[in-house]
Amino acid sequence: MSVGAPKIPVVVAEVVELNPLIKRFRFVRTDGKPMPTFSGGAHIVVEMDDNGTRRMNPYSLMSDPTDTSGFEISVRRDDAGRGGSLYMHNHVRPGMAMQVSHPVNLFGLDLRAKKHLLIAGGIGITPFIAQMTQLEHLGHRFELHYSVRSPELGAYADDLKSRYGDRVHIYYDNQKHMIPLAELLEGQPLGTHLYVCGPKGMIAWVLGSAEAAGWHPSTLHSEEFLAPPVGHAFEVELAASRKTITVGPAQSLLEAMEAAGVDAPYLCRGGACGQCETDVHRCDGSIEHNDHWLTPEQKASNTKIMPCVSRFHGATLVIDR
Amino acid sequence: MGLEFNEETFRGDFSFKNSPKAIKRFPFPFPEDSYMYSVNMEPHVPGPKGSVFEHTFDVDEHYVSEMRDRAMVLADDPLRCQSLPHMTLAGWDLLELIMESKARDYPHWFELHKNGNKWHWINRPLEIEQKFTFLDETTLPCGPLEYITRQTQGDFTLQDQRDNNLFIEAGMVTTQADWSLDFDIGMSFQEWHAPVPMAHELGVFDRALKFLLKLQLGAPVRRFNWTMTVDPLLDTSPENYPKWGPTKTTLTMDNIGRRQHLRVELQTLHRLPRSNAIAFPIRAYLISFQDLVTVPKWARRLHRVIRDVPEPLATYKGFLRNRPLMVEYLSQFDDGKPTSPGWWPEPE
Repeated sequence: MSVGAPKIPVVVAEVVELNPLIKRFRFVRTDGKPMPTFSGGAHIVVEMDDNGTRRMNPYSLMSDPTDTSGFEISVRRDDAGRGGSLYMHNHVRPGMAMQVSHPVNLFGLDLRAKKHLLIAGGIGITPFIAQMTQLEHLGHRFELHYSVRSPELGAYADDLKSRYGDRVHIYYDNQKHMIPLAELLEGQPLGTHLYVCGPKGMIAWVLGSAEAAGWHPSTLHSEEFLAPPVGHAFEVELAASRKTITVGPAQSLLEAMEAAGVDAPYLCRGGACGQCETDVHRCDGSIEHNDHWLTPEQKASNTKIMPCVSRFHGATLVIDR
Repeated sequence: MGLEFNEETFRGDFSFKNSPKAIKRFPFPFPEDSYMYSVNMEPHVPGPKGSVFEHTFDVDEHYVSEMRDRAMVLADDPLRCQSLPHMTLAGWDLLELIMESKARDYPHWFELHKNGNKWHWINRPLEIEQKFTFLDETTLPCGPLEYITRQTQGDFTLQDQRDNNLFIEAGMVTTQADWSLDFDIGMSFQEWHAPVPMAHELGVFDRALKFLLKLQLGAPVRRFNWTMTVDPLLDTSPENYPKWGPTKTTLTMDNIGRRQHLRVELQTLHRLPRSNAIAFPIRAYLISFQDLVTVPKWARRLHRVIRDVPEPLATYKGFLRNRPLMVEYLSQFDDGKPTSPGWWPEPE
């Protein structure tokens, strides 16, 4: 159950291979209605039917937020992942019917900002593409610093450079370029907000440096979707549904509940939004908390679990679902 | 202005009245014989034909007169409508939501024609026709929030979402149950709800905030709130308390049926697309006690609710002083018979 909003029926209008790792997908509606507009930073959940396995992955929207003719996302292939990105790369073709969620924004722009400092790593560029389009429409001041492995993999670097000129700065790892973070953090006008999206290490580096440099936490924004990690199979007792289910090694607890016909709430499916938070009745063992939502105290107490990304090992886990 | 809309006032001679049709569709807010705060939110999906839930924004027989009253309040006190600079985009989102909803739901009264960003809006009941450029403030006579809420019944606030909280940073508030936009603007969710008794201890606000932060585009929700108002006065504002507060001392058994009104707010919450803000329309409906008791189930139930409501709640809602009189009046219409669950009148 994705709280309320109906799914949007779509057809794949276009698949563009940007480089060996990244493909761009365009979806248009099949019911003739306009796509909703959205705010830069929003994502959608794409539903896939992978030979009977239902996969639902969140992807940031990168199309123009005012474009009601379609949605665009970019997907980076993850060969070691659970299969969602591989499915998108290997099986999704133009003309295929799919379903996507309404947009949800967990990485919104703070429109009070006097300037927006955007820091992207790799495929983390996608929410910024929509945000920059929106900021440009609104006439807001922004600056992008985009770090990517190589010119071959810098999917949108040239395009963004030509669109926004010297407001876009590109750094190639294979040419030993580094984002001059310390300098950037020192040189911003009062009222600047910082946004970072990219690999875990990069987010930690940027946020840690900014806090150490005295930036107020309310001016710092980040987004990291976690792919549900793979692990050992484990058993869970669902108290409210009176069912005991086994979560497979490449399955998340949320997916296992859904496969068992249990209607569990979710929104981002990536450990960020908090929607799937579930009370733990009994825990003989330890919960592997992989989310960004619960506080360290909640995690230590083992009284809550986020079924979209977290796992368990031990004798018994009973949850309120 | 045609026969569809009442010619009436909400001040001075208080000629406001509900037609039999309006009484029948009144949103009576009590699903059971007692009342306590709860989050009580449900999806704002279209309800039965003719009900106040039929459309996203209900337009009823009071529309034209309510808009005239709003214009008078604004002329006296322009600060009833405010929008902090970063909320302009949310104002456009709201304008779009209302224009699209009304043009879809009431095509005989409202029309919206779009050619890209060139929009053409027709509001027949208020005799307004406007051509403007969407997202260009210079093409409207005032900001988008003020423009559209001068043409829409109910108060409106716009909440910005950031730092895992909501901040009330724009609004049009002229039909309020004793709270002030000018005082509350800029406050967080906890700050603007601070005066409400008992609900904090019940955890209502923590749960409500958590719910609202996840409110989804395309999935609006609604809830009821209620209070009591002497005379059909829409503008029961703190700014004007000296004008209306003392009227509470003038109720008698002879005039209470005519002058005491149950005031019901149909509150809806909508996620806005471009701004990611939340729009919170607060639509007030008034009904006099004498009209309300014409529905036997409502008469029985209102008597029981008012008699038993906890004292801090009666104090906060401002009717503790008149509770004994209300109970005495309403008890005449309560024969002690059981009532059916839910708020709709008993089937006839």
